[in-house]
Amino acid sequence: MPYLGDEHTVRELRRALSNPNVQADHLRYRNTIHRVIRLPGLSQYVQQPLTVGLKDKAACVRRVAVLGWAKIHTLQPNTEIDVAVVNELYGLLRDPDPVVMVNCLRALEEILQEEGGVAINKPIAHHLLNRLKLCDVWGQSEVLAVLQRYRPRGEDELFDILSLLDPALLSHHAPVMAATLRLFLSLCSTLPAVCMSALERARGPLLAAAGSTSRELRYAALCHIQLLLRSEPGLMGEHYKRFFCGYAEPPYIKQNKMQVLVELVNDDNVAMVLDELRGYCTDVNTETSQTAINAIGSIGRSYTDRCLAILTGLLGLKQEHITSAVLQTLRDLVWVCPQCGDAVCSALEGWEDNLQDSQGRGALLWLLGVYGDRVTGAPYLLEDCIDGVRSEVSAEVKTELLTATLRLFLSRPAETQDMMGRLLVYCIEEEVDMCVRDQALLYYRLLHCGIEEVRQVLQGGRRSDPSLGPLIGRPPEPISQWASSFNTLEPLTLGASTVGNSDHATPKPSTLTPNTLTSNAEAMTPTPGDPHLPDCSSGALSLSVSPALTPEEFERLWLQLEKGACLEVCVQ
Amino acid sequence: MISQVFILSSKGDHLIYKDFRGEAGKDAVNKFYEMVTALTGGQPPVVMKHKELHFVHIRQGGLYWVATTKADASPFTIIEFLNRLTALVKDYCGCLLEKSVQMNFALIYELLDEVVDFGYIQTTSTDILKNFIQTEAVSSKPFSLFDLSNVGLFGADTQQNKVAPSAAATRPIVSSQGEQGSKNEIFVDVIERMSVVIGANVSITDYMVESSLSTYVKMAHFYDLILPNIPNVISLPPPSLLSGYGAAVRVDECSFHQAVRLDEFDTYRILKVCPSQGEQTVMQYQLCDDLPTAPPFRLFPSIERDSGGRLLMYLKLRCDLPPKRSLPLLSLFSPSLFSSLSQELSSPDQSAELQPKNKAVHWEIPRFPGGAQLSALFKLEVSGLSAASLQEVGPVSLSFELPKYTCTGLQIRFLRLSPIQPGPSQRWVRYVTHSDSYTIRI
Repeated sequence: MPYLGDEHTVRELRRALSNPNVQADHLRYRNTIHRVIRLPGLSQYVQQPLTVGLKDKAACVRRVAVLGWAKIHTLQPNTEIDVAVVNELYGLLRDPDPVVMVNCLRALEEILQEEGGVAINKPIAHHLLNRLKLCDVWGQSEVLAVLQRYRPRGEDELFDILSLLDPALLSHHAPVMAATLRLFLSLCSTLPAVCMSALERARGPLLAAAGSTSRELRYAALCHIQLLLRSEPGLMGEHYKRFFCGYAEPPYIKQNKMQVLVELVNDDNVAMVLDELRGYCTDVNTETSQTAINAIGSIGRSYTDRCLAILTGLLGLKQEHITSAVLQTLRDLVWVCPQCGDAVCSALEGWEDNLQDSQGRGALLWLLGVYGDRVTGAPYLLEDCIDGVRSEVSAEVKTELLTATLRLFLSRPAETQDMMGRLLVYCIEEEVDMCVRDQALLYYRLLHCGIEEVRQVLQGGRRSDPSLGPLIGRPPEPISQWASSFNTLEPLTLGASTVGNSDHATPKPSTLTPNTLTSNAEAMTPTPGDPHLPDCSSGALSLSVSPALTPEEFERLWLQLEKGACLEVCVQ
Repeated sequence: MISQVFILSSKGDHLIYKDFRGEAGKDAVNKFYEMVTALTGGQPPVVMKHKELHFVHIRQGGLYWVATTKADASPFTIIEFLNRLTALVKDYCGCLLEKSVQMNFALIYELLDEVVDFGYIQTTSTDILKNFIQTEAVSSKPFSLFDLSNVGLFGADTQQNKVAPSAAATRPIVSSQGEQGSKNEIFVDVIERMSVVIGANVSITDYMVESSLSTYVKMAHFYDLILPNIPNVISLPPPSLLSGYGAAVRVDECSFHQAVRLDEFDTYRILKVCPSQGEQTVMQYQLCDDLPTAPPFRLFPSIERDSGGRLLMYLKLRCDLPPKRSLPLLSLFSPSLFSSLSQELSSPDQSAELQPKNKAVHWEIPRFPGGAQLSALFKLEVSGLSAASLQEVGPVSLSFELPKYTCTGLQIRFLRLSPIQPGPSQRWVRYVTHSDSYTIRI
């Protein structure tokens, strides 16, 4: 390759490109075009050989020439592409070489980008469909992607197209199968029955891709299977065994497979699936075992007894990460299925462990608070925590501790009064974190109002989160919701965020119906101007909707303050 | 539409970098390495996004093969393309290691030039590429006959003609005209991957085999290949119409490569294919749950505590294959959280060690004759032993490779090349059963 930039060399190149015989050696032609096209000074000299190259006898020359036009358009945005060239490219769609045809599609997509890409009308669409078999894997997926734009006129034409594409749906090349399925779903968006049968036909190839040797392909197939299951949960029901995790699989695939297994549970296979998940709970990788325990918890919403037996059995292993995950799962389970209370209480009897993990400790405290009246050792466990509250780092744990102690006070006042006093004193006087301090202050004032108010606040109606509802009986989503993201990178990047978040689901503390006070662990301020917050019926303590000061007054007062002074406003 | 392709070693060294569209800068490479090493174990690394750029990568041979794209492309296409690229590099360079990539970087750049034009995949077929690639492959270790350990004493050909070393398939396919290694060779591989889960009560929970019949061709000219299989390969999804009688082989699902001609498949079970150079998968089939042969290995474990506060694990491993088959290597993982190990094994060439990184006991068995039973006694120290610790001893996982054995029973009756060509050509048929995941719960 000669040194570019030299005057002499530029002249030589110009001469070489204007030589009509440069195409004789197609390899040379291609390489010259490749290298020269980026040089701004020479672009006008490139156009002539490219135009001639479009009509060349050799297919590989035509391929390069077609993409050469696309390169000019993208890399030299100031050059105008002549309409004649565009027409020539449209004409080349009928080229006998399939790669030239596909390259034309790609080039037209780029050149006509402002107009929405290449225009697919009926003759072009039919021509492409008829030539589909001649293309290789990459060509086929490209053509199928472009055909998305075409809308058939009548149902007959639609069904003709579908029956032509049917063999491609069963192809064992994953890109072709995925592109065909996407095309099916977009063509039949108004015919749900046809979509469903397309999904069923594509099940075999998707499952084969989910078992392929390439891990990355497996992951892509799994993410797409999860999309399908959103609309047809029973699709993979009898193939649940294909989603059992292999021993050496990387953790992210195992976690995905477990999420899928949870969706496939039914009466017939629940025993086997739970057995399998039980085996994964003791996995060497802590995240995998936590995901397995969460999965068992999710299944427990529908098959409570079996799952409870497994979860309480896991507590016996006395493994830090397992115990912490089990406690969090039990807390979530109890929220949805209060009938598990008995089993949980018997598990908490005689609890001796010292957990390090703050999430686990928070869950334990919540459970002790709610079931404190049934667990004999609850006050003593809480007392241990309260004694150690100074060295406690996590604000969430402290908040849970406050709530749990207060709850226990309601049911066992004699044992708890003293330690509750100590805790409140510490939190109000010495605690640094404002959220904890405010929570303690709220409870202190509540206690002043009377025990009935406290009971009303803490044990008022429970409003459960609908997303934690039972697993079976969830309405399936319509296909259109996810069809546009099928066969794109979106499901794989989305999958990354949900797997990471499944273990860190924030606990839902006692959120109550709005006609009593809303005691939220995070924020203490009520939403100003909220019209749905009527006064509390007891009348003793209420939060007024309108603030005591207007913003202008507040600003005036604030600016008048000296440094270090504090502002006191009386609340009526 | 691929923007860039680059190959990184596991330490982050830039081996290959190719920019097709000029949309993203070279700093994307460092950004990718930062992102991929910052991921925790549970986060899927396959697709990552940074500003407008998506990174899609696969890991093979200890290297990162990365493609970046700006548009929302199909993940299957890009992953399949990267897989195909690694297969091409393997075909040309012989093996897929950092060293061979470094030595053959010119060849790989040329391959990338031919395969992708302006970010669009043109062709990945080895036959067509062979006409365009000029660069020679440099292999790290030239194959020499002296490497064969079983050459006869006086150089006589004993059984050598019938056996080729497994390295034969890793020689590069495209050799220059002058070399004497330009024989015509064709390898037909039937590779079965077994996934078995055996429950604690010795019941088989899950037994699945996924396999592929592939050809690996190094030939000067194109020929048709005729491959028939054992009769009565039933390829219907359940419920199947014919139940097996005698020598029938049942498969649940079966799919063929596009180029295979199936006109005589239904009657005589003959596959006709004109394979391209290099590796190509001709047929893929799967079988679940109802395999004709029992799983090859069974374990009889017993775990108890002894008076000294140690855990005694007595494992008896039984091989159910017919005799005369012997196994080259078996390694057994049993994850548990133990601190030290002492063992008694039944024969001196086995070895066992505690691997604290995987929290596993690794038992290696170099040779395992069929029908035999091997036993091992492991004494494990564990701190804080309790009754529940017995539950912690995790599943035992075996990994092995059984040569000349297919668990579905599929066999190739004959292999014919047509038209009959004049020079000598070697045909090799290999059957391997490989354990994808063989787990036995205790």
